[in-house]
Amino acid sequence: MKSLLILAAGDEGHEPSPLAVEWIEVVIALVVFGLLFFAIRKFVVPNFEKTFTERTTAITGGLEAAESKQAEADAKLAELEKQLADARHEAARIREEAREQGAQIVAEMRETAQAESTRILDHGKAQIEAERQQAVISLRAEVGTLATGLAGRIVGESLEDDERQARVIERFLAELETADAAGKDA
Amino acid sequence: MTFTASATVRAEEFSAPGPGIFDLPGIAGSAVTKPMVQLVLAAIIIFAFLFLAARQRSLVPGKLQFAGEGAYNFVRNSVARDVIGGHDFQKFVPYLVAMFFFILVNNLFASVPFIQFPTFSRASMAYALAGLSWLVYNAVGVAKHGPIGYLKLQCVPSGVSPVMYPLLVPLEFFSNILVRPVTLALRLFCNMFAGHILLVLFSTGGLYLIESGGIGYVAGPLAWVLAILISFLEMLVQFLQAYVFTLLNAMYIQGALADEH
Repeated sequence: MKSLLILAAGDEGHEPSPLAVEWIEVVIALVVFGLLFFAIRKFVVPNFEKTFTERTTAITGGLEAAESKQAEADAKLAELEKQLADARHEAARIREEAREQGAQIVAEMRETAQAESTRILDHGKAQIEAERQQAVISLRAEVGTLATGLAGRIVGESLEDDERQARVIERFLAELETADAAGKDA
Repeated sequence: MTFTASATVRAEEFSAPGPGIFDLPGIAGSAVTKPMVQLVLAAIIIFAFLFLAARQRSLVPGKLQFAGEGAYNFVRNSVARDVIGGHDFQKFVPYLVAMFFFILVNNLFASVPFIQFPTFSRASMAYALAGLSWLVYNAVGVAKHGPIGYLKLQCVPSGVSPVMYPLLVPLEFFSNILVRPVTLALRLFCNMFAGHILLVLFSTGGLYLIESGGIGYVAGPLAWVLAILISFLEMLVQFLQAYVFTLLNAMYIQGALADEH
């Protein structure tokens, strides 16, 4: 402090105006400022600006990505729900169809079985009838012959005459059948 | 009252600090003075800080990068973008950032212990920056509007009857072209000069009062307390001067770029 005061006191006489232009100082200030300006323009500003741009894009990009992801998820959910509903409908339809088909199959089987049984019954009846007819025919012929022979022998009367013989046999058989029928009725 | 009395008694011993205190001798006998060294030191500090902060380029900034971005964005957004606006401001950002921090750090040197000298209390250095500002805003205007168009823009006020032109055109020319660099330089220089001289006055005056004894044992420390308070006020002034200088630069550039004003 003292030295400053002494210095100030010492310079009192030939003191230059503080407003005077010192060209060396003007030039130095301009040069130093110029260097600082170019250094900042080249090394500082681009880095900061790039960082800001990257940050902005990162933030907006992140938001956009999240939004699109959300939309995608919503779409997927809707699609899955639709698929689920479709699948339910399909399942219901298939069940219904199966039930109908089952019922139809049962009805068809029943019908077939009915027809088969009827056919077997008819066949049996026809066979029995045919066999009975055959038995009746053969019995009739045999009984006729036997009876004729027996009667001929008993009566001694020739019954060689075929026409008469046949008539007698027919009559006899008719009587027999009548008696048979009466007996059966009784 | 006794204080003033004793001060007047010893007034012949106390020489108040004058403009001479700004005339520093060259360091070690050379032509290099302390403010010149300060200019270089300020440039190195500013560039190192901004460069290291900008180099990391992390999307989630660390402490240094955050501080650097805050400082850079203060000039970029609240000076360059808000004043110049539009898409034009980006190319003036390096200039305004360099200007603001160059003046700010050089001003703050006045309050840094062991340096304690505001660089721009050397008027020539303030002239240099003011002259540069004048060149920049006029060059920007001429580049955009051509020499005639630019002069017309700066000197012929729109929406005024041509009858008033003989009165207004010289006035506009005077205020927009001639006075601006002078006010820029003097505003910065005078604030730094006066602030520093005030601090020196209170500090040396306090010392003198204590040495003179008596009531000086009370008045001297009081002067030093005032000096400390003034130091805080000075820090505000140092910041404001850097801000005003840069803001006016931006406004002049904006005015030179404007289509109508």
